[in-house]
Amino acid sequence: MAVSKKTSAVKNLPKHLLGIQNLSILEAKKILNEAKEFIKLNRSKSKKLDILRGKTQINLFFEPSTRTQSSFDLAGKRLGADVMTMNMVNSALKKGETLIDTAMTLNAMHPDLIVIRHQDSGAPNLLSQKVNCTVINAGDGRREHPTQALLDALTIINRKGKIEGLKIAICGDILHSRVARSNIYLMNMLGAEVNVIAPKTLMPKSIERLGVKAFTDMKKGLDACDIVMMLRLQNERMQGSFLPSKREYYEYFGLTPEKLKYASKDALIMHPGPMNRGVEIDTKLADDINVSLIKEQVELGVAVRMACLKIYCK
Amino acid sequence: MKEKIFINARIIDPSQQIDENGSLVVDVNGKVKELGKNIKKSKFSTNAEVIDVKNNILIPGIVDMKAFVGEPGFEYKENFRTLSQAALAGGVTSVVTMPNTKPLIDNVSMVDFIIRRGRDKASINLFPCATLTKHMEGKLMSEFGLLSTRGIIGFSDVKRTVQNTETMARIMDYASDIGVLIMQHAEDYELSKNGCINDGEISNRLGLQGISPVAEKISIERDLTLLDEFPCRYHINQISSKQSLDVIKKNKDENKLFSVGVSINNLALNENDIGDFKTFLKLSPPLRTEDDRRALIEGVKTGLIDVIVSDHTPEDEESKRLPFAQAATGAVGVETLLPLALEMYHNETLSLNKIIETLTINPSKILKIDKGTLEKGAAADICIFDLETPWVVKAGNLKSKSKNTAIENRKLQGKILMTFLNGELVFSQ
Repeated sequence: MAVSKKTSAVKNLPKHLLGIQNLSILEAKKILNEAKEFIKLNRSKSKKLDILRGKTQINLFFEPSTRTQSSFDLAGKRLGADVMTMNMVNSALKKGETLIDTAMTLNAMHPDLIVIRHQDSGAPNLLSQKVNCTVINAGDGRREHPTQALLDALTIINRKGKIEGLKIAICGDILHSRVARSNIYLMNMLGAEVNVIAPKTLMPKSIERLGVKAFTDMKKGLDACDIVMMLRLQNERMQGSFLPSKREYYEYFGLTPEKLKYASKDALIMHPGPMNRGVEIDTKLADDINVSLIKEQVELGVAVRMACLKIYCK
Repeated sequence: MKEKIFINARIIDPSQQIDENGSLVVDVNGKVKELGKNIKKSKFSTNAEVIDVKNNILIPGIVDMKAFVGEPGFEYKENFRTLSQAALAGGVTSVVTMPNTKPLIDNVSMVDFIIRRGRDKASINLFPCATLTKHMEGKLMSEFGLLSTRGIIGFSDVKRTVQNTETMARIMDYASDIGVLIMQHAEDYELSKNGCINDGEISNRLGLQGISPVAEKISIERDLTLLDEFPCRYHINQISSKQSLDVIKKNKDENKLFSVGVSINNLALNENDIGDFKTFLKLSPPLRTEDDRRALIEGVKTGLIDVIVSDHTPEDEESKRLPFAQAATGAVGVETLLPLALEMYHNETLSLNKIIETLTINPSKILKIDKGTLEKGAAADICIFDLETPWVVKAGNLKSKSKNTAIENRKLQGKILMTFLNGELVFSQ
């Protein structure tokens, strides 16, 4: 009997959520369906479950984050896990410890889940090769941010009922955006048509190979779109001579009520946050509850992360 | 030592346009005495040692124009002894070593040290390079004259490029007068800043900063323009893309004199091999597309590219076990240089003669050394290999101190059987 037990343990190697690229459509739908259940729970008075009771979740954040970190924190706690959030921005790495050594140290404490945010693309992949527990990617470099894409999908489904057949525009700094990449993979997978809109300098080479149409003109790119996802423009992009100025960017790529008219009549706006009001989006538009899904995204983020933790935690 | 006769050999020596079955005689001083199909065994003293090559291939010992030895400063990555063992196991008998050690090889006393140390510890022919600029900073030129008289074969800042056009012009002007070899790494830093891999779909998917082929092309174009004014001995260490090749073709068509190298990695691998962040395939210049790879092989075939190098860059595991962007660049390769190059013979993209030419006489001509040939009177540096035996590359079996091979588990065909240096057996399977 001992032998058969061993083999089953090998079969159940920990599975990780490293990116939408590694996800099958069934897995994506499973997460979204599971998350729907948690939306109600999160709106109720008693939010605590004990699905992950006795489990340990470590949030390992090498980059500053407000919403993703607090969202994972709450998600773990609502499922009953013991959650420890480690802010690594000023931590051991500064003393010369490598990511692998940090991982081995934490691994020795037997966590069940590690949620990692790292500035280097591929860091969660590396981590997942070295630890025994599940690794969940909370954003790596400019590669992927899978839970953001999943929460965006859930938000769209919640409002529009489906994703299949919708036309979705992603606008802004595509080149440096992990949110854009994960969303391109997921929205494509779920049957949407995806347009990306960016100034040439912030548009990656051969982006069409990811299955999108690329535009540098908001008017053309937004045409008949049901969803407009705006991305954050980081201030340092001006220094790198990617753009002449914030003012010029807002003029051509900032979302204003006028530009929104190019999209379909009942188009909805999304933004992963944090927003630069008046740079990529008109401030009134961002707060307009009739068209903006921004607050809902944050709300459903917790539900999606609860679903991920539940499904991936062994 | 005794006279040696190699019999039943297929001798390939592109320096003499020889490809024939026959024998080769090495005299008591370790020099080539005679070779060819008409040598009768009976003509030689009974004292001579006879080595039956069993119809395998006998070529001049390989000359690798680009390898890194960790001495001084990086002995934990590679030292003269381990580099020698790895090289000889790969049929490589002469190696041009890079100066990016710690301290750098940019002054006379370091050259004396490296030559003494190499003489004591190495068992291959070493041809050390010094840095092109002092401290490899790209600002002040090294002491080309003084360093050359101490035994420096060429000048290179290895993976760094002189960015300042005026400095480069002065270097080439000065070098053209005293006839030293400039070996340039072609890369425009502003265009390649923070880059890890080729710019394209793969860099998009992996979320890594890409390096455009333009960074290499623009640097080559600049230098070849300067070469018009200052015709010095100029060599481009490694090119990686079709775009660079187009520039090279245009300039070679204008009869400009310069030479070009390519790493075996860029001929054998492409960006897709990087897979899920395999840091052992983080190389400089980066692996590019399959189209680029094929174009480079065509470039070797047509003679636009003169030499194939191993770009042997030993790195310890710790510096590779990092997120891709932070991981060290480079792979070991001196030991697998010939077997991996034979892949192009087996898949019929290059002739055997061409491959051997780029590994023996071509580098020797560029370096102006008397290696890479089996001419009468040349030192009997010999590599004997079999063309067919299949084997699998295993990092654990490599003789290099560092095991960062880019071709782990690759199935190769053709194996080095014996290596001779100055007529002495220094490696056998």
